Amino acid sequence: MEIPENVKKRLSIPAEEHFYAGHTACQGCGASLGLRYVLKAYGKRTIFAIPACCSTIITGAWPYSTLDANLFHTAFETTGAVISGIEAALKARGIKVKGEDGVMIIGWAGDGGTADIGLQALSGFLERGHDAVYIMYDNEAYMNTGIQRSSSTPYGAWTTNTPGGKKHFLEKRHKKKVIDIVIAHEIPYAATASVAYPEDFIKKLKKAQKTPGPSFIQLFAPCPTGWRSPTDKSIELARLAVQTAYFPLFEYENGKYRINMPNPKNEPKPIEEFLKFQGRFKYMTREDVEVLQQWVNHEWEKLKKLAEVFG
Amino acid sequence: MAEYKPIKKVVSGNYAAAYAAKDARVQVVAAYPITPQTSIIEKIAEFIADGEANIQYVPVESEHSAMAACIGASAAGARAFTATSAQGLALMHEMLHWASGARLPIVMVDVNRAMAPPWSVWDDQTDSLAQRDTGWMQFYAENNQEVYDGVLMAFKVAETVNVPAMVIESAFILSHTYDVVEMIPQELVDEFLPPREPLYDLANFEKPFSVGALATPADYYEFRYKLAKAHEEAKKVIREVGREFGERFGRDYSRMIETYRTDDADFVFLGMGSLMGTVKQAVDLLREEGYRVGAAKVLWFRPFPGEELYELAKGVEGIAVLDRNFSFGQEGILFNEAKGVLYNTKARPLMKNYIVGLGGRDFTVSDVRKIAENMKAIIEKGELDVEVDWYHLKR
Repeated sequence: MEIPENVKKRLSIPAEEHFYAGHTACQGCGASLGLRYVLKAYGKRTIFAIPACCSTIITGAWPYSTLDANLFHTAFETTGAVISGIEAALKARGIKVKGEDGVMIIGWAGDGGTADIGLQALSGFLERGHDAVYIMYDNEAYMNTGIQRSSSTPYGAWTTNTPGGKKHFLEKRHKKKVIDIVIAHEIPYAATASVAYPEDFIKKLKKAQKTPGPSFIQLFAPCPTGWRSPTDKSIELARLAVQTAYFPLFEYENGKYRINMPNPKNEPKPIEEFLKFQGRFKYMTREDVEVLQQWVNHEWEKLKKLAEVFG
Repeated sequence: MAEYKPIKKVVSGNYAAAYAAKDARVQVVAAYPITPQTSIIEKIAEFIADGEANIQYVPVESEHSAMAACIGASAAGARAFTATSAQGLALMHEMLHWASGARLPIVMVDVNRAMAPPWSVWDDQTDSLAQRDTGWMQFYAENNQEVYDGVLMAFKVAETVNVPAMVIESAFILSHTYDVVEMIPQELVDEFLPPREPLYDLANFEKPFSVGALATPADYYEFRYKLAKAHEEAKKVIREVGREFGERFGRDYSRMIETYRTDDADFVFLGMGSLMGTVKQAVDLLREEGYRVGAAKVLWFRPFPGEELYELAKGVEGIAVLDRNFSFGQEGILFNEAKGVLYNTKARPLMKNYIVGLGGRDFTVSDVRKIAENMKAIIEKGELDVEVDWYHLKR
């Protein structure tokens, strides 16, 4: 559909679409929205490396592709290493990478492929300082294999290998703070983002583009299939995750922390607000919710302190 | 064409590999250290530090990532190289499939080393032969010269058929042993091996594409067939490239099995890699003693040169297959392959399998003599004593 020029001017994010209709994501898929925004931000001079994850399927089976960009499918644990190799090749060939007019190399991996099996390759990519952007789309479990827990799955969440049974629920660990592990590498730019805030996400993608060296964005991306939530509630849930400070939006830039919450003066909403609509949390008792709330409070206070001291 | 005047250098097998990678103008090297491979990547790093080579060097955090980074680099159009050994090669296993499946002509040197446990850093072919079915071509070098030549030829063959290739040398026997190697002046290497023309290029955005996407049962099968055909095609290319190499540089590799004094032989020794140097020397001595024996060295194990083996087998009464490797629950891997190739042919010489030199156990001329005596007795009797002989076993 052609968008009239006068309308285009009023839009705060690029009107161009490089992610085709007809992809195979589930209804209400946060990850597919994320892909669409990445392509809006970077356009077609982009090379994606995608490991085993939902996006392997969403981007189309051979010989089709739903991306208006080049895509290399790779093994589960290799995203960080493959984008390192692609970057090295382009440099060897004298092709400009990153920046306004450079080729954008994107590692696009889920939370399992990043927080778990791909963590080593991610660490290698970050510490060696390659000019590429790694985006972890976080739907908080192995969704493509049928909803198994990852280390990014939150406390109390039902998954098929951490079910809530008659006596217990099995997920007793809090969500792994991948972004903190990333920041420990002292890279120039890292941020969290949410599909509920596309303008913020695209701003961060643009910043990552301008910043030389490795960038990392952890994108919160609801999965109605795995979260047992209504497909039309994905954006609302993604927004509530931010508003409850369960998944706060912030940036880490050259050693400085900056919180970018939509309403900075508002106190976070109670965590119950985020848990609603989601079948995966229905096993939780009041006490369990309180355990999660305490964790959210603690992490939120920690982040505020960091922003205060290193802002 | 400039006149060929070799540059003679006394180098280890590993340095021969490093010089060959430099002379091949590799653009990306991603590598991880492992004994006894390490001095290959150290030497390449030295070339870069001294300004003798313009290479993007990615010091990765594991061999798995070394191969993944080479795959990314090769998909993005660069000539990519790495080197490894034993456990490192095993760690790469998954990615080897990725390289061949995505049709990326990466060249890798594997320094043959026995697998643990128990720990061993010494020579044995089990590591590389365990990668037999990954879709990679495999070239086994007998000496440092063949390591150097093998890397240059491997790139040319790999980039012609879009299949990755491994060049394999022995731990310590070659990797750390110094010998004279005739190297080729850069401009002549450039003529022999022009810049790579990739099958596809991730940096070309004219018509977006994806590589390695999901293929349904309706399509996957054909992808495998095409890789199988590429290996068939590679046999022709290997012989042509080997012939061209011989014409340009005087060392002929137009045959995938090198034969030595086999024409009138009663029986031959068949094997791969550095132990064949010992065998050739033993053949000369045995000939003086009246044995009519020859040596046949499998240079390219993948694709497997079945036609050449058949030609060889037609003319002999027996083949002693020397395996510095073992497939548990069965027999030596080369023995198994060679028997398989000959089953549907008319050539059915007596074949016996000698398991030798595992984990770096020394294999000497006198061992070859003992094996020759045993082979002679078997042939005279017309039947095998045992099919698989753990030759070195302490009894």
